Amino acid sequence: MRGGHDIPSSTRKEAGPIEKSHDSRVVITGIGLSAPNGNNLSEYRHNLLAGKASIEKIETHYMGEVLAGVCHFDPLKYQKKKELRRGTRAGSIAIYCANEAVADSRLDIAGLDKSRVGVYLGITEHGNVETENEVFGLKQYNYDVKYWSHHHNPRTVANNPAGEVTMNMGITGPHYTLGAACAAGNIGLIHGLQMLLLGEIDLALGGGVSESIHTFGVFASFKNEGALASHDNPNRACRPFDRDRNGIVVSEGGCVCTLERLSDALRRSATIYGEIVGYAINSDAFDFILPHAQRQAECVRLALKKAGLSPADIDIISSHATGTQQGDLQECLALAEVFKDAPQTHTNNTKSYIGHTMGAAGALELAGNLPSFNDHTVHPTINIDNLDPRCTVPNLVINHPANVDRIDHIMNNSFGMLGINSVVIVRRYEGR
Amino acid sequence: MTREKIRAIIVEVISQILPDEDLSNLRGDIRIRDQIELDSMDFLDIIMELRKRYGIEVPEDDYIQLATLDGAVAYLEPRMTHL
Repeated sequence: MRGGHDIPSSTRKEAGPIEKSHDSRVVITGIGLSAPNGNNLSEYRHNLLAGKASIEKIETHYMGEVLAGVCHFDPLKYQKKKELRRGTRAGSIAIYCANEAVADSRLDIAGLDKSRVGVYLGITEHGNVETENEVFGLKQYNYDVKYWSHHHNPRTVANNPAGEVTMNMGITGPHYTLGAACAAGNIGLIHGLQMLLLGEIDLALGGGVSESIHTFGVFASFKNEGALASHDNPNRACRPFDRDRNGIVVSEGGCVCTLERLSDALRRSATIYGEIVGYAINSDAFDFILPHAQRQAECVRLALKKAGLSPADIDIISSHATGTQQGDLQECLALAEVFKDAPQTHTNNTKSYIGHTMGAAGALELAGNLPSFNDHTVHPTINIDNLDPRCTVPNLVINHPANVDRIDHIMNNSFGMLGINSVVIVRRYEGR
Repeated sequence: MTREKIRAIIVEVISQILPDEDLSNLRGDIRIRDQIELDSMDFLDIIMELRKRYGIEVPEDDYIQLATLDGAVAYLEPRMTHL
C-alpha cells in the first residue's frame, strides 16, 4: 500500500504567463460552505488534514437507521425562524453558504448593484424531501389531499434553493439551479464563470447544495442498487479505492463561491483563492447509472485543453470516487490513462471524510483542496486498509497528508447519473 | 369552548406560524395583518391548522371574517362549541 510522500518540484512546469485580459479571467474570491465536518473553510480544511471524518446514524422514514453526513451550521445566523419554517433545508443551506461566501469575500453587499449578481446553484435533485414528507404526513389524514400543504409548490420548484438566496439577500439578478446529478457542484461554478464572461453579471454566487439525506428515497434506491455503504463504524463507511468498499454514504452539504472577473477582484484588492482556468462538461451517452471511463477521460482532456495544460501540470486531482466498486474503478481507468506520464500528480478524495454531498460535492470537494496552494499539503483519502490493486490512480495520497514544494493546479472531478461528467481546473493566483 | 380559550388557541397557532413575532400586545379590533408580518400564505397556514386540529372548514368567502382576532373568535365560537 502506498502512503503519502514528498515529490521534488525540480522538473515541474510552473504556472506560465497568461495572455488573456483581466476581464476574461475569472477568480474565486470568497468561499462559504457547510460540510458534515466543518462550517467554514478553516474548520473544514483543519479536519481534512487531521483525517477527521464525520458520518452519523440518522433515522429516516420507512428505513429506520441509515448512515449520513449531517451539517450542523446555525441556520439562525442568517435566517429568521419564519424563513426557516417557510423554506426548505436546501434553501437554508444555500442561504448560509451564500452569506458566508460574501462575508468571506469582504464584498460590501450593501454597496453592490444587486441586479448584477447571479445565483447559480447545482443540485442533484430537489423536491423529493418535501413531496415525501407531505405524503408521509397525509397518511394520518387517510390521504385526503385537502391536508396537502399550500407551501408544497414554492418549496419544490427546481429554482427553490437559489431563489431563497435571492430573497434572503435582496439579490435581483438572475437565479436558478442547475440539475446535473452529482456533477452539479462543478457546474454551478462553471455556469457562474460563463455568465461573468458573457457580461451578464458582475458577481456570481456559484456552487451547489444538497438536502438529500432528508428523503428516504435516495437511500432506498441506492440500497436496492447495491450501492449504499454499510459499516459498524459510520466514519469508516465511505472508503473509496479500498478493496472492500461497499457503496455510497449520502450526505447533505453546500458550498457557494463568489466568482469575479479578475479585473474587478484586483480593483478592490480582493483575496484570490485561485483562478478557474479550465473546465469541461460532457456526456457518456451510455447508461443511466454506470459510469464510462472513456468519456470521463475525454472530459478531463477537454478541460486540460481549454486550460492550455498538459496532464503533468496538474498537481492535485480531487477525485469524484464515491466508494462504489464500479464507479471508483471507471474513474481510476480514466485517470490512469490520461495521467500515465504525469509522475508528480497527486490524487486524493474528500468523500471518504464527509460522504457524498451530492449536488454540493463538486464545489465542496474543490474548496477543501484550495488551501493547498498556500499550505503545500495534499489531504489524503482516508479509510483505505487494503488498496484495490485495480485502482492505479496517480500517487494516491492515502491516510496521511503529503507535503509538496509547490502546488499550481488543482483538477476537480464530478460525475453523475445519466452520464454527465464535469471537470474544473483551478490555478494558483500569483498576482499576475 | 370559551371565547377566551378560542382566542388563546388562535394566538398560539399564529405564534407557531410566526415564531419571530411578539404577540403579547396583539389587539383584537385591528386587522392582524396591520399589526404583524402575516402574509397570505401565513393566513392559509391558520386555515390549515384549524382544519387539522379541529376539523373546521373555513370557506374562502369567509376568510374576511378572520381578518381581526375579535372577528376570528366570533366566527369560530359557534363552530367550536362541541370541542
